[in-house]
Amino acid sequence: MVDQNVVERIKQDLGSSDVVLYMKGTPVFPQCGFSAAVVQVLSHVGVPFKGVNILEEPGLRQGLKEFSNWPTFPQLYVKGELVGGCDIVREMYESGELQSLLTEKGVATGVNA
Amino acid sequence: MEYAARIRQKLTAGLSPVQLDIVDESDRHAGHAGADAKGETHFHVTVVSAAFTGKSRVERQRMVYALLADELSERVHALGLTTRTDAETTA
Repeated sequence: MVDQNVVERIKQDLGSSDVVLYMKGTPVFPQCGFSAAVVQVLSHVGVPFKGVNILEEPGLRQGLKEFSNWPTFPQLYVKGELVGGCDIVREMYESGELQSLLTEKGVATGVNA
Repeated sequence: MEYAARIRQKLTAGLSPVQLDIVDESDRHAGHAGADAKGETHFHVTVVSAAFTGKSRVERQRMVYALLADELSERVHALGLTTRTDAETTA
């Protein structure tokens, strides 16, 4: 069972920002190559996002794995929906699907963060 | 090759892949968090299987993660994945 407080916390994150990245480290100082790669893609696309450092919150880290049924980090969410981890985000960026997805969901891109 | 062999066995049994490449990238991560002196912590796996037909990227990776749940909780710290169907590789 996922801790209800953690679920509420996740819903709050996802409800207050269109694009949320649960990652190891922070956008400025990622502590994992895969997290760094996703931050880089998001900067290239020019989409503002909220980065959450799961290394600082062990409860959130465990809760997210169960909430999303996804065992690894980073995890990228757009409008509350799990897009995927590093491989998926990179593939979608290279094929242009990530940009289309953001546009479809009404998220502005090309913003200089 | 203990973990690589386990990954191969489970994915072969679960997905009947037409192609399965398992690359141990652990030496590229030696010394950082999640690395283990015994190695076999970081892998990249390419799976081509008909089982992925009609599934989204997220669903495909969940299928692989579910099959490898034990390996991921024991030693494997990072698992890069490329998941394709036969039709997608030839397209």
